[in-house]
Amino acid sequence: MPDHTVTAYDDELASLKQMVAQMGGLAEEQLARAIDAIAKRDVRLADAVIAGDERIDELERQIEEKAIVTIAKRQPMAQDLRQIIVTIRIASDLERIGDLAKNTAKRTHAISGEMPRKLVTGLTRMGKLAQEQLKDVLDAYAQGNAEKAMQVWRSDEDIDALYNSIFRELLTYMMEDPRMIGPCAHLLFGTKNMERIGDHTTNIAENIYFLVHGKMITEERPKKDSTSTTNFPNK
Amino acid sequence: MDATPQKLPSNPIPRILAEKETKIVARDVNVYYGDKHAIKHLSIDIPDRAVSAFIGPSGCGKSTFLRCINRMNDTIPSARVTGQILVDGKDIHDRDLDVVQLRARVGMVFQKPNPFPKSIFENIAYGPRIHGIAKSKADLEEIVVNSLKKAGLFEEVKDRLSHSGTSLSGGQQQRLCIARAIAVNPEIILMDEPCSALDPIASARIEELIDEIRQNYCIIIVTHSMQQAARVSQLTAFFHLGDLVEIGDTEDMFTAPKNKRTQDYITGRFG
Repeated sequence: MPDHTVTAYDDELASLKQMVAQMGGLAEEQLARAIDAIAKRDVRLADAVIAGDERIDELERQIEEKAIVTIAKRQPMAQDLRQIIVTIRIASDLERIGDLAKNTAKRTHAISGEMPRKLVTGLTRMGKLAQEQLKDVLDAYAQGNAEKAMQVWRSDEDIDALYNSIFRELLTYMMEDPRMIGPCAHLLFGTKNMERIGDHTTNIAENIYFLVHGKMITEERPKKDSTSTTNFPNK
Repeated sequence: MDATPQKLPSNPIPRILAEKETKIVARDVNVYYGDKHAIKHLSIDIPDRAVSAFIGPSGCGKSTFLRCINRMNDTIPSARVTGQILVDGKDIHDRDLDVVQLRARVGMVFQKPNPFPKSIFENIAYGPRIHGIAKSKADLEEIVVNSLKKAGLFEEVKDRLSHSGTSLSGGQQQRLCIARAIAVNPEIILMDEPCSALDPIASARIEELIDEIRQNYCIIIVTHSMQQAARVSQLTAFFHLGDLVEIGDTEDMFTAPKNKRTQDYITGRFG
């Protein structure tokens, strides 16, 4: 792609992209630390994650402002327009990912008491998967690689499938020992957060596809989350 | 229609062409100014009752092609036009075709407003009178009033129809020229950068006018403003160095053009 005749325009677009990359890096880091905090039941780390969310929110505000000014000044067309719109949308998904990481970290406080270690392994496994997906989609964005983004998009069903099995597993623990209902409920919400992070990651993948191809994905995304229709198993 | 089969530079065919009847068909049109090959093997379909925008850098041939449609290039001694241009299926270069009649069917509005140095009334009345469209004085008055109304100018000038057309503001003069073009009941209206000499408010008025009248005419507008093309047209054609590079539905052309040259031009990356 040749440069714009107005070089300041190139600078503005490059800076927006760089800000999204920075925001993506922060979201990844927040997610990793949130999973770590809850796995180790480390409340100090959890508090650091909670405090760290502010930086992501601030970056989203800056990206929005810059995008609006760029639209007003340059009246972008074609892929420039798509890039700016996609920047705003991705920033919004990353902001939500940051919130979900923060919410997961918060639950560390609630489950910091007595609890068998094995209960948390499902959540950490799911967190790792969500983390990988997020990393891959951010790489795809940096490279403008729609094919790679589509791989992430398709593999979201892995997260959904894992979520289903953890959901059942946690239900079983709760039935076995009612004292575990509290912590398990928190873990369930934490796990749900990871599933939602996966959904935001697929949104980002869809936006990369739109950025590259100039059209929306029409294909139906494979979905495996069936927990909303799962009955409480009778024993 | 006996048009020479010729591959159009777009695939798939724009939706607007499927929705509307085709008014103008050009096949393998070449224009030479002396040795200069200004338009190269142009083939294009233009829909009726819609606005088509021609965009492209200066010297790309968009105005030249516009001037082919009402045979304005006939007036340039060094210009030579080959190929076929059909309006409603009839070749405009046919020997039995009356150029004066053609130009009545194909009105034109220029970059700079060019009212006649006559009264506002006479500016409009002139065309219908020489073409024998008005049967009586009352008829003529009705045509003048209606044309001014369609051009959105009547309210502003109704008390001074005898004043000189040149006494109006630039934007009003341009609307007067559009009213003058409308007065002879054209089927096609060609606009060659109609807003480039106007301020943003006057331009917006012209755009609003184009939007209002597009249901009744085949309008082609040449513009250097990409935003204007995006706002007023349903079909956009991009010209470069005498080639028709890409043609498509306007909404696609400005969000996801297919050709790299189009993309570079509309995003401001040219040269």
